[in-house]
Formats: sequence, C-alpha cells, structure tokens
Amino acid sequence: MNTDLITSLRQDWLGNIRNDLLAGLVVALALIPEAIAFSIIAGVDPKVGLYASFSIAVITAIVGGRPGMISAATAATAVLMVTLVKVHGLEYLLAATVLAGLLQIGAGLLKLGNAMRFVSRSVITGFVNALAILIFMAQLPELTGVTTLTYVMVAGGLAIIYLFPYITTAIPSPLVTIVVLTGLTMYFGLDVRAVQDMGDLPDTLPIFLLPDIPLNLETLKIIFPVSAGVAAVGLLESLMTATIVDDLTDTESDKNRECVGQGIANTCTGFIGGMAGCAMIGQSMINVKSGGRGRLSTFAAGVFLLFLIVVLGDWVKQIPMPALVAIMIMVSIGTFSWSSIKDIRDHPRSSSIVMLSTVAVTVMTHNLAYGVLTGVLLSGIFFAGKIAQVFRVTSKLSKDGRARTYTVEGQLFFASSPDFTAAFDFHEVLERVVIDVTHAHIWDISSIAALDMVVVKFRREGAEVEIIGMNEASETIVDKLAIHDKPDAIERLMGH
Amino acid sequence: MSKIIALVDGSIYSQSVCDHAAWVATRKGSSVEVIHILGRNEAAQSDLSGNIGLGARSKLMDELAELDAQSARLAQKRGRAILEDAESRLIDAGVTDVTTRLRNGDLVEELSAAEVDADLVIIGKRGEAADFAKQHLGSNLERVVRSCKKPILVASREFQPVKQFMIAFDGGKSAIKAVEHIKQSKVFAGLKCKLLTVGDKPETKRALEGAAALLREAGYEVEVEIAQGQAEQVICDTSNDEDIDVLVMGAYGHSRIRNLIIGSTTTAMVQSCHVPVLLFR
Repeated sequence: MNTDLITSLRQDWLGNIRNDLLAGLVVALALIPEAIAFSIIAGVDPKVGLYASFSIAVITAIVGGRPGMISAATAATAVLMVTLVKVHGLEYLLAATVLAGLLQIGAGLLKLGNAMRFVSRSVITGFVNALAILIFMAQLPELTGVTTLTYVMVAGGLAIIYLFPYITTAIPSPLVTIVVLTGLTMYFGLDVRAVQDMGDLPDTLPIFLLPDIPLNLETLKIIFPVSAGVAAVGLLESLMTATIVDDLTDTESDKNRECVGQGIANTCTGFIGGMAGCAMIGQSMINVKSGGRGRLSTFAAGVFLLFLIVVLGDWVKQIPMPALVAIMIMVSIGTFSWSSIKDIRDHPRSSSIVMLSTVAVTVMTHNLAYGVLTGVLLSGIFFAGKIAQVFRVTSKLSKDGRARTYTVEGQLFFASSPDFTAAFDFHEVLERVVIDVTHAHIWDISSIAALDMVVVKFRREGAEVEIIGMNEASETIVDKLAIHDKPDAIERLMGH
Repeated sequence: MSKIIALVDGSIYSQSVCDHAAWVATRKGSSVEVIHILGRNEAAQSDLSGNIGLGARSKLMDELAELDAQSARLAQKRGRAILEDAESRLIDAGVTDVTTRLRNGDLVEELSAAEVDADLVIIGKRGEAADFAKQHLGSNLERVVRSCKKPILVASREFQPVKQFMIAFDGGKSAIKAVEHIKQSKVFAGLKCKLLTVGDKPETKRALEGAAALLREAGYEVEVEIAQGQAEQVICDTSNDEDIDVLVMGAYGHSRIRNLIIGSTTTAMVQSCHVPVLLFR
C-alpha cells in the first residue's frame, strides 16, 4: 500500500460522487430493459440477466481496469448461449459462465489484453455494426406476427426517447418511455405482452449456489465451446469498450486488469445464478454522457438496478414489451457506426472488405468471435499483400557482358517470394552472378528458400553465384528483433 | 549553478512560495524554476437523457473534446498568468535567473522529471483546493514529500525574515543529513541555530553533541536543548514559542505501512507548526 495507490483509489471512487451517482441511476434505469431483453435472447428468465447485471456491474466496478465502464449481461454473450440453454438447461449455462470467467482470468494473467493491437480499426467498426445488427435482430420475434397496436407503441416509445430530450435532459428519456407506455397499458388494459409473460423476475437478493450439474468430462465437453466463445467475445467487447471510454474521457486504463476483472465478475456471477456478460458499448456511452467517470458510477448502476428490481418488481412486471423493444432499438441505433456506411466509399477497399466480412460472418454465425477472427485474419493478409509490394530487384550487366549484379531492396517474406523469384532472368547466359541483398530485409524461411532456389537455378545454368550482405539482410529473421541490446538496431534496419 | 524549484498553484501560498524561493536564491545565488502543473479538470455536464442516437459515439467524442478544450484553454491562460506573477515577484525580490515551466499532468510525475538537476524544492503547506480548511494539509504535499528525492522547503502562509532556525534532531539518518547540509549551506550561514532533541536515549545524546560540534565548527551559534515529552508536541511548541523562523527536520522516518495506520510524524508536524519546514529524506 502506498499513498499514490490510496490517492488513485480515492480518485477512482470518490473523485466525482454526485455525477457518478446520477449517471449510475440513469444507467441502472437503462440496464433493466436491456437485462430483461438479453435474458429473453438467451432463453432464460429475466431474473438470470438481472442478477447477472447487478453482480457483473458491482464486481467490475471494484476489480475492473477501466473506471466508468459499464459491464452487465450483454447481447454479444447472450446470443452464444441460446443452444446450450435450449438443449441442456439453465444449470449448464451457469457452469459455462463460471468456466468462461476462469478462462478470462487466465487470459488476463497471460496478458492477452496486449493482443488487442492486432484488432484493426476496421474490425472494431465491423464488430460494433454486427453487434448493433444482432441487438436489432433479437427484437424481431417481438415485432413479427403481432398486432398493429404493438407497432404503434414501439413507434410512440421511440418518439419519446428521441424527442423528449428536446424538452429536458434532466430525466432519462428511456425512463419516460417506460413510465408512459406502462401507464397507458395498465390504464386502458391494452393487450400487449408484458415482462411478466417472459418469465420470473427476482424477488429476493441473489444467493450463492453451486450449478447443479454432474462434474465430469461429458459436462466439460458440453460447456467448454460455449465458455470459450463467451470468454473471447466478452473480452473483445470489453477491451473495445475500454478503448472507446479511454478515448471519450482522455484517460488511460489497464487492459489486462480489465480481462482479469471481467473473469472474476463472470465467475462470481455464475455462482449466484446469473448469466455471463461483459462490457457494454451503449451503456458505457450513456454513462459517460451522463457525467459518470469513476468506479462509483458502475457500482451505483449495479446496486440501483437490484434495488429497483427488488423494490419495484411488481411494477417492472407490468412493463409492456413494446417499451423494451423501443429502448433496444435505440441502443442498436446508437451502437451502429453510421459513418462507416459513408466511409465504405472513401476508405481503401481492403479495409471495407474487412469491416463487411466481420459483419457478415457475425450475422451468419451469431458469434462475434468468428466475425472478429475473420476480420483479423483478413486484415493480416491484406497487410502482408501491401507490404509485399515494397520491394524491387534491379540489375546491372558488367562491361564484358558475362557477369550481372542483381540488387535486391525491400521486404522479402512469404508473400513477396514469388515476385522475388520472378525478377531474375535465368535465360541470360552468364558466367558470374552477384546478388546483393544488403538493402533487403529477409523476414522468414520462405524468402530464404526462394533465395536458395534462385542460387540453385543460376548454378544449373552454369553461373557462379555470390550473395553479398546476407548477414545484414537476415537480421530480421529472428522472431524478436533484439532492439534493446543493440540501441542502433532500428537505424541499421531502416538504413540499409 | 544550483537550481531551486518553486511549485506554485495560484493559491494564497504561491506568493509565499515565491518569497521563500527568493530568500534562498538570493542568499545562495541560485536560479529559480517556477513550475505550475495543470491537472485534469473534468468538464461538468448534465445530460441525463440516457439516450444514444445516430452517430452517438463521434458526437459524444466531439462534445467532450470541445468541453475539455475550453477548460484546458482557460487553465492554460490562468497557468501562464500565475507563472508571470511568480516570475515578476521573484525578479522584484532580486533573483536574476528565473525560468518558468507549465506542464499538463500529475504533479508528482512532472516533479520527479524536473527535480533531477535541482537541489531544493519549495512547495506551499496547502494547495489551492485545500485552502478553506486551516491546518488541513494539501493532499499533494504529502505525495510530493514522499516521492521527492531532494530537500523540500514547505512554505508557510507568509514569509517572515529568517533570523533563527531550529533543527529537530532525532539522531536518524535524515537528521544527520540535514546537519551536514546546513554545515555547508550558504543559506543558513550566520543565522542562530537551535538543536532540539526530545527524549533521553544516550546514543541520541551522543549524536546530538557531535552534531552541535559540527555546526559550531562551521561557525554557527548553536543552542542545544534536550526536552522531554511527546516529540511532535514539544517540537511544535518550541518552534511556535521561541521565535523560530524555520524548522529543519528529517522526513518520514517510518515505514509507509506504519504511517498508514498511525499517521506520520512529519505530516502532523508540518501541520501544527506555523513556520516553514525544511525536510530532508
């Protein structure tokens, strides 16, 4: 313990009390419909999502790495659980939640948070767009085969959400939507589905319980794929959201601590009967917009949420589904990156392809992890393709016409090897060939093999081959460029 | 040439910090670097509408950046004014070599980068934010005192001409360092010195005599006193009652864990004495 730690703890928790509490309340009000909606996506009782939102918010507030970020039950993780719940039931979901948490703790300890650097901007845009689409698609069951009244109510709800802030920004407009639509439904006895038709709400504080499942390999086989997906998607969304909050508030966060924090939150949540969750982009933006900055805001959001549910449970039950659908459509619209549609024309085609593939794969598989994996692989390939162009081979014939010097410059690796080989003229009859690679960077085994091949081919044609500058060129082939023990290594690499 | 760092924040203590700096600098012939740190001020907002619309993220980003930019510009202007005031006050007081430095960030981090070539850091007992509560130390002070590796002069509310100073001597390493520093110091040369020890441990007494001899050798007029009682109380009473103008002592002798539980002697002392305190690590 030292004073700096205490100072930063105090700053994180008590630096912004009034705004944090207010923002926490706004977020709690917005979390209730979301937690219910995401429980419905996953196919469990609303209380599973509500308990999860409470516990994840409170625990990440304490152990997470990004103050002011809101974590709770989310759409991204809920869509991964559907089949597990349908086939094996809730108890398996709880076990999968605990396992996902443990995997996340492991990832945090292994410092996998640093791997986020490989997730490019285009992949992140694809991720949020896919997420928005998933949230919207999850509302479709509530919007198909229903009465006109439902559409009217959803439209009315959206109108209140977007127009009420023109009257005042002191009251959360989603709350007004809920109150007005619930009031109308109860007063006129309107025939629409309400939250109580979707399953049980919590009536007590959460209690500790062990998932009721056989602890054997069979169970592990069932839950592991789900856990791994949830862990990966949860970390991805959490780290992306952390970056967004970092940018919005112009402050730093500890990404690896965030991984461990998410893991602890999910592990504990599984034991109190909640489903796995992660950070929420939309809610975190609402929190920041409402003035929330410290850990207290997230903590307050969780506590208010549980308080409201336990105390006002009888009223929450009456909330008509169209009100929730309207709020979820708002979240979906707010999450979607609309500028990315315009950017498709302006951005390089490769980055648009990455973005669109991320969206397409996610929407097809309902699994953001696959989408992101596709995006990351594609951006890697595109990048390799671009860098492979950064190389050239020039040559000069000696005066007597019997010897030629090839000068190779630029990046030699697997993607540029074919072009490299093609740059030599093996039909020219030469006695002597000099290949100067002093100004080339040899990055991998493929390029060495290509170089060997060139040498062999020239020899077969009867030429004597000499390679110059191999040592300098192959300095890059080691996995880790040992910059630290050779301070001028970068200059040497860039310079030659 | 030696360099003194004066930390100003625009509070009532800033002027006093400059005066203390001027006193040391003119006696010693050193240069003064005046530093003002702009901390982060969260711009206030009150949009509780809780909705996110089209392009919510970039819109929110723009709004927040604009708010921050406004408050930053304001803080920057104010910071420059504070530094200009300090600079002219120092020049008026006869300091010839004054530089200023305006930085964004955390006080402790920025100071640790700046203090490298300095040999004294001067800070006010209280900062801007803590001015309302008397005897409540600025939270920054303790952080600075703990992190800073150079001697620190903690300025009182108003500068008084220094005629007599007192060394609170506990025989510890930092107290001996203080004595050695004063022995060679041009700042204290010729002033009346009082050496005060609380308690009657024989080894402390021996060390005390050694210290007194050392200072006399350097030409100081030294008065030695061994008092009994609770150390902080005695030191404080003596300094307040006997026209002591500067108190010199070692800082934070105990481990941080202990300080955390029982509070630190140093903090208590800086708090209850109304004179400037020169702290040695």
